[in-house]
Amino acid sequence: MAAPFDLNDDSVVVIVGSGAGGGTLGTELALKGVKVVILEAGKRHNMEDFVNNEWESFAQLAWTDMRTTSGSWRVHKNFPNLPAWIVKSVGGSTVHWAGASLRFQEHEFKTRATYGDIDGANLLDWPITLAELEPYYAKAEDRMGVTRTNGIPGLPGNNNFKVFEAGAKKIGYTEVSTGRMAINSQPRHDRGSCQQIGFCFQGCKSGAKWSTLIAEIPRGEATGNLEVRPESMVLKIEHDASGKATGVVYVDKDGKTQRQKARIVAVAGNSIESPRLLLNSASTMFPDGLANSSGEVGRNYMRHMTGSVYGIFEKPVHMYRGTTMAGIVRDEAGHDDKRGFVGGYEMETLSLGVPFMAAFLNPGGWGRSFTSAMDGYVNTAGLWIVGEDMPQETNRVTLNTEVKDKNGLPVANVHFDDHPNDIAMRNHAYRQGAAMYEAVGAVRTLPTPPYPSTHNLGTNRMSEKPRDGVVNKHGQTHDIPNLFVSDGSQFTTGGAENPTLTIVALAIRQADFIAGEMSRNTI
Amino acid sequence: MTTVIDRGSPSRGPSRRTLLGLMGATGALMISGLAVINPREAWGLEVTNLKPETMRTLIVMARDIYPHDKLADRFYAIAMKPYETGAATDPALKALVEEGVITLDTLARAKHGVPYADVGWEEQRVAILREIEESAFFQKVRGGLVVSLYNQEEVWPVFGYEGASAEKGGYIDRGFSDISWL
Repeated sequence: MAAPFDLNDDSVVVIVGSGAGGGTLGTELALKGVKVVILEAGKRHNMEDFVNNEWESFAQLAWTDMRTTSGSWRVHKNFPNLPAWIVKSVGGSTVHWAGASLRFQEHEFKTRATYGDIDGANLLDWPITLAELEPYYAKAEDRMGVTRTNGIPGLPGNNNFKVFEAGAKKIGYTEVSTGRMAINSQPRHDRGSCQQIGFCFQGCKSGAKWSTLIAEIPRGEATGNLEVRPESMVLKIEHDASGKATGVVYVDKDGKTQRQKARIVAVAGNSIESPRLLLNSASTMFPDGLANSSGEVGRNYMRHMTGSVYGIFEKPVHMYRGTTMAGIVRDEAGHDDKRGFVGGYEMETLSLGVPFMAAFLNPGGWGRSFTSAMDGYVNTAGLWIVGEDMPQETNRVTLNTEVKDKNGLPVANVHFDDHPNDIAMRNHAYRQGAAMYEAVGAVRTLPTPPYPSTHNLGTNRMSEKPRDGVVNKHGQTHDIPNLFVSDGSQFTTGGAENPTLTIVALAIRQADFIAGEMSRNTI
Repeated sequence: MTTVIDRGSPSRGPSRRTLLGLMGATGALMISGLAVINPREAWGLEVTNLKPETMRTLIVMARDIYPHDKLADRFYAIAMKPYETGAATDPALKALVEEGVITLDTLARAKHGVPYADVGWEEQRVAILREIEESAFFQKVRGGLVVSLYNQEEVWPVFGYEGASAEKGGYIDRGFSDISWL
């Protein structure tokens, strides 16, 4: 039977979430002939509906359901109920992402072996290697149309990039380019080329940027094997007496509680919502939550070491014109502990409009120091730093039983403290970013603190041994064979790279595994 | 935006004679009946849910928090208008704002002998704000203002920001890489 599928059809794979992980997995399975139901908490928007206005778009797309925070991170002080800036919409955060598509480096799959025992860090080697993932990276790059792969030319550099590039070269960096981006530099796969609109974070209105919303899900749906149900918030995963997952309970678009049966359940709700769902699914048989015999569900929350540097110049830059993330410096991405920290970081151009610049430049700041920087807006160039942060067991997503959502379930609390390695790396990156801009004449440089997290990782991590993590190298939970995790929460460690390409590669790989197991009837 | 009232509006605009009578207060913001008016910028803002003096103080405070010499008072008035609207239905908000302004005025009178909005120099007013910056009142006003001021499309050109671009075809042919001074 073709989609739509019956609630009692227990032969379907149910995927919770439609972003980079869930949207890709669902599409890939559908292309292989597997029946899939994706339950997505958010609405379905068309790309024509996206808005070139930062706050209006935030209201349209962002996940603003109640969450709480704790810990010493500044987000807790300035944005206590917004730990993450991610999307609640079909396509998930692929609607919002900037498009940077970088492979992990070889050593980033084995950080425990490479970095050694770092005090306070819960480092662990991935159960897979770069070599094992390379064929899937290649598939992901092809389907996403990543520039500088598959013969696709790089994007042209905008003004913000030109300042960034000149500064980088002046201080001796050599690995500087407009990067590998899942944004069409020429028409490809029925999608046009980038019109340099800007507003990449607000949903690409031209369709040049890859997202599961426009580039994956429609392909899956065309097979008749994929059904996406928007505005469907999953409350609980159910299981039978043998401990196998049997389906999910969700609230549909009309507010009615429904039960969708399933042969397999895959969780892809991003690293805050995914562990929350596993924890909220606790039962007599699994009193600490599903797949949590290790106690690691929700732990090792990572958000990348981030921050921004802005340089204000004597003359106009107009940084907001064109692609938001228009270029990258990779010279600091490797591991070289002579710098005073392990792991590495990328520097990538980034621009914000006036409304978000005001909100994020120095949250809580006011007075003439603040406003004189805003007065320099048109003369400002900006970059974002993104580096590997240390997994810590105490950085974790837990259930806040004091605060309930509209369905009566505890909301997620996100606790985060920087590791000293994160701080050392951030300070190094701030200095290097400022040096780049000063080298080409910046009259003032400003370090700005991390925003609410866009890269949420690690809360259901992969591990060789069941006691060290939540899922195995296929994203299959150690405890429940027909329960999978398919988003960035699988990441054992974070790497220095923007995570989407790796999430997509893992999802394609997971689809191969699931389809294989299904045909062998082992799940 | 329609939140400001034009001086020519028949029922609310003060006469020139009234205006002259009101001159002399520091700054361009004055009270006339149930309105805060700015004769120099030719606008008035009707205030009925808060005390008009409270709104005048909020507008002065808004500029002191985010001072942009290139921005007219009306942008700060538009940014603070939601307190007048909100006070109609939210007694807790109204109390927070009215009491917050009383605190500001008390501190100002103790130091300078006049209410906050009449303290002559920005530096003196900012020193008073520094004393209350951890308060719920200040946090509320600053946190709202950072959105309600900078999210006004009319202020964007003042900062050189061009706003929405998709309907204009993006910047592919409109200067995305036109920098010439590097």
